[in-house]
Amino acid sequence: MAATAPPGAWSRAQRTAVERFHVRLESLVVLLALAAAMSILSPFFLSVSNFLNILLATSTIGVLAIAATFVIGSGGLDLSLGSVMGLSGVAGAFVAVNLGMPSAFGVLACILTGALCGYVNGQIVTRAFVPAFIVTLGMLGIARGLALVISGGRVIYGLPEWLLYLGQGRPWGIPVPVIIFVVTAIVAHCVLAYTRFGRHTLALGDSEGAARAAGIRVERQRRILYTLSGGLAGLAGMLFMARINSGDPTAGLNYELTAITAAIIGGTNLFGGRGSILGTMIGALIMGVLQNGLNLLAVQSYYQQMAIGAVLILAVFIDQYQLRKETRT
Amino acid sequence: MTLLTLSGIRKSFGAVDVLHGVDLSVAAGEVVGLVGDNGAGKSTLMKTITGIYRADAGEIRLDGNDILHLDPGQRREIGIEMIYQDLSLAKQQDVASNIFLGREPVKKAFGFIPGIVDKARMDREAATMIQRLGAHLPSINRAVGSFSGGQQQTVAIARALTFNPKLVIMDEPTAALAVREVQSVLDLIRRLKSEGIAVILISHRLNDVLAVTDRIVVLRHGRAAANLETAKTNMNEVVACIVGGNDMAAAAAHEQQG
Repeated sequence: MAATAPPGAWSRAQRTAVERFHVRLESLVVLLALAAAMSILSPFFLSVSNFLNILLATSTIGVLAIAATFVIGSGGLDLSLGSVMGLSGVAGAFVAVNLGMPSAFGVLACILTGALCGYVNGQIVTRAFVPAFIVTLGMLGIARGLALVISGGRVIYGLPEWLLYLGQGRPWGIPVPVIIFVVTAIVAHCVLAYTRFGRHTLALGDSEGAARAAGIRVERQRRILYTLSGGLAGLAGMLFMARINSGDPTAGLNYELTAITAAIIGGTNLFGGRGSILGTMIGALIMGVLQNGLNLLAVQSYYQQMAIGAVLILAVFIDQYQLRKETRT
Repeated sequence: MTLLTLSGIRKSFGAVDVLHGVDLSVAAGEVVGLVGDNGAGKSTLMKTITGIYRADAGEIRLDGNDILHLDPGQRREIGIEMIYQDLSLAKQQDVASNIFLGREPVKKAFGFIPGIVDKARMDREAATMIQRLGAHLPSINRAVGSFSGGQQQTVAIARALTFNPKLVIMDEPTAALAVREVQSVLDLIRRLKSEGIAVILISHRLNDVLAVTDRIVVLRHGRAAANLETAKTNMNEVVACIVGGNDMAAAAAHEQQG
């Protein structure tokens, strides 16, 4: 078979060497090129503090993108990520501020609220046979509405100090959200790439029939995945809430767009079967660098939204183009 | 010695009755051909054996034990394997991932993190299995979707044979293969028989069925219409049972030519 390595002269051997780490080569090249371009365009880009800024801004999106990778990798879809994140933050702030309960309960409230939303998604998808697209789109509306109801449409201010530390603390100069994000990513990477659960997730997204024939309990797997996705959205909600020191019912608006884009750029197949957290992290960093760079260049945020949308479509185009070339159907 | 017994298997999908009480038994090391027209219920019957479908009524026993309540994973564990017509492969995953899907061996990473899939062992054993089948794959680490039809079939067969099955069900294993590949599948069936593994072969190619089976069961309108000993039957009789009397002569003549 002829070497059909698209763009440039990457041989199959070089390609596999990189892909052993479950990363798509192109995304790494794009990230480095983007970073190089930004450091030429802006004198402020290349610094440790800006690097930490990018990581901090990426931490919320990054956690959501991990959730997106699992669900999309399994052939599903979770459009409710952003809304569930917003609801979770409000729930956590409500518990910690309005109810005056200890910080730990606030953290727990965030994650459990998210997991519960995901659990409901999973139950409806697997038991009522409503397509995931519709179920999670519905949840997008429900969770956002519920966040506004609980908070009365107002931002809940004044988190307790310990909770605040989770968002704004800087042990050894590293923001706590970055630490939580990186640890979550490492664990998630190992789960997806090296455990039976992770392999079954991708196999399920590849071919549900094959997974079923192999004896994998498909519905159960999906329910766990949606619950996990919701729980991660809850974690993202907690990180965001603690960082901005408030439970904002509009937090996470349109974040699912960026999260799904990050996952797709990172090599997750939109229709399932392929994906890695390491790749997704590169995708999330691309989104982070893009946003950070556009900020430094003082580009209006309206244009950033457009840029993200365009990147998503472009990423899926490239993905589909390659897939058509590489596999026989 | 009877390995598998089905009795009174019924299955319907909504208003459509597919199986109306099928009886079937397979002995250890026996090769049974299952033939019948399209829509006779062959694939449905096989999927009730593997557990993909749950029979509405009836009994399935393996080695005398009732297995009706077991799910597909559990039925694989007790030795029932099926090679599906569409092969049921995860095409973006590599050879070992497919062969070991659902049964990945695990180890402890760094000696203390449990539940880590032992990919090196999977690759090693997959390569051995492919070699034992006498097949050649371009690379064991490539997505199976990039292989040819015959190569993909090899992976599907390897998956069915790796865990020492007692019964292998093959649904149209030769339908999409070249002449030489058909011969190797038939050889494989004979080899399984000699190892004491029972095989149920579903095929429209009656020549293949007559060549390799001990017994032929004809399914018609959701019932086991005939149970023929291969050595004592012929193409005409089999075709007659499949089409059910009418137009028999014409159909038989046609098959004989083919």
